[in-house]
Amino acid sequence: MRRTVALGLLTALGAAPWVPMGGMRQYVLHVLIQILIWSLIGTAWSLMGRFGLVSLGHGAFLGVGAYTTTLLWNFWGLPPWIGCLAAVAFAVLLAVAIGYPCFRFRVVGHYFALATLALGEVIRLLIIAERSWTGGSLGLTLRPAGPASSLIALQFRDKRVFYFGALTLWLLGLAVWTRVDRGVARPALEAIGEDETAAASVGIPVTRCKLGITVLSAALTAVGGVAYAQYISYVNPETLAGIDVSLRIVFAAVLGGMFSLLGPTVGSALTISLAELLRVAFGLRLIGMAETIYGLLLILFIIFLPAGICGGAGRAFERRGPRPAAATATRRS
Amino acid sequence: MIGPIFLVEAAVNGVLLGGVLALLALGLNLIFGVVDIIWIAYVDLVMLGMYAVYFLVTAAGWPVWLAGLGGIGLVALLGVLVHLLIIAPILDTAPLNQLLATGGLLFFLQSLATFLWTTDHRSLRLALPVLEVGGLFVSLARLIAFAVALVALLGLYLFLTRTYMGTAMRAVAQDREAMTLMGASPARVYLVTSAIGGAMAGLASPLLLIQYSVHPHFGAQFGPLTFMICVLGGLGDMIGAFVASFIMSEIISLGGVLLSTEMGYVIAFAVFIVLIFARPGGILIRRE
Repeated sequence: MRRTVALGLLTALGAAPWVPMGGMRQYVLHVLIQILIWSLIGTAWSLMGRFGLVSLGHGAFLGVGAYTTTLLWNFWGLPPWIGCLAAVAFAVLLAVAIGYPCFRFRVVGHYFALATLALGEVIRLLIIAERSWTGGSLGLTLRPAGPASSLIALQFRDKRVFYFGALTLWLLGLAVWTRVDRGVARPALEAIGEDETAAASVGIPVTRCKLGITVLSAALTAVGGVAYAQYISYVNPETLAGIDVSLRIVFAAVLGGMFSLLGPTVGSALTISLAELLRVAFGLRLIGMAETIYGLLLILFIIFLPAGICGGAGRAFERRGPRPAAATATRRS
Repeated sequence: MIGPIFLVEAAVNGVLLGGVLALLALGLNLIFGVVDIIWIAYVDLVMLGMYAVYFLVTAAGWPVWLAGLGGIGLVALLGVLVHLLIIAPILDTAPLNQLLATGGLLFFLQSLATFLWTTDHRSLRLALPVLEVGGLFVSLARLIAFAVALVALLGLYLFLTRTYMGTAMRAVAQDREAMTLMGASPARVYLVTSAIGGAMAGLASPLLLIQYSVHPHFGAQFGPLTFMICVLGGLGDMIGAFVASFIMSEIISLGGVLLSTEMGYVIAFAVFIVLIFARPGGILIRRE
């Protein structure tokens, strides 16, 4: 039954570019590509988020991914195929740099969220500060390649190519999620999420487990950043790093439900279509109104759908009332 | 090469900035300590307060001090509303949800301000004099802001230590469960805390408005910094936050003069990350 539904869904997604939509085709494809890319990023975030590792700094990995390939291509003509490897490598380095000390010294809960938030801001500000080669707040346009080298440069005129590329990456993200879900690390990570001290006492290598999932999440996010930069062919520190985008990623994942496979995808589809709908409805009139309604709806969603749309399993991360045991341990240690 | 006099000037400015930052950080820290929630949109409430003061002065013609009082009242009220409308209904859900709800508030307030007042930068243009003390130039506006902030912080300290409500707030912050076991309901304490946290943001509004211009994204300028200071000081730790405010403001002020404004912030955040590792529980808490 599940298999049939999945197959049907995949066929529908695969056939989407050929559905007759008149003049709307380009626009619909554009929205679908964005939804797929942000779903990949949301799925990457939820890899950590579901185990109580709440990062508010995924913009850092996203920005590092997008800027690495763009800069390597613009300055040295290094194709994004190789640039992507460098981007993932940088994101992994960054994840280890923030993750290792955090996990080693038991920086958890609110502290971890705010430490990662700082990381996102550092990357955003660094991009702005190094304006001589990153373009600063003005952003950077991907140097266009000739039609002959479009495959090497991963720049295509036809949106359908990007659509299938994004679809593939999204499926890759889901595959990684499923592997983690069924893997041996999952019970260990869940135990860590419940109680770190107890997990360590039964021999779970806490730091290594947390670092592993963080690195995986950061690498996938960087891939999402590369995909986004290649598709939009323009990078900007405000849209790819910092608090704003980091919060948007978390919003999508939590709204959809961060404990289920398709949760982040449903959440991304919802937030992106909502933003598009409001943008189209208001156009250039009443500037700011669309975002105001968007913000209001986000608050209402969080209040009335606390477990997310695909949620239900809102079990983890429920730590009201007494201060989390792990956080108290941090304080004392 | 930058002359030593500029560095001294930057250091003095850093201390003056630290006073206002401490006001913000302690307001946020108070709410965190007592209600156990981080208001991501805290500095955006300050932004609303700044607009209120701005319009009270320019449109209604109130004197600045009176408009400042109006700003305090308004943001205190906003603080109560945020608690009643957004936080109270989800007090029993996951901490991440509470954080995100105030994150949604951040998007809401920023775009509402853009919608109502456009992205123009507005300033009071008070043209307060610049004082010269032994070759150092110190802006009177900053000096006033610093002095008022210190008095307010002293007031907060006395309130927390000398009054019944203040003691109750500290009790909840220390042990929420014990408080309920004593038969006391934290609901009223939460409400008063949100009002006081709001009032502190309200007080920061005129103090910031006499130094900076206000625009819808003003919160992004000071928001992340305020969170860093709270974590650095130890969430809920008042004295730690006070000390951390001055550390951060000095780094930003000196870094801004020596390198660039952004690099000042980058260094501040880098120091923050390093200090978090060295002192995860706050700068004043020693590792055992």
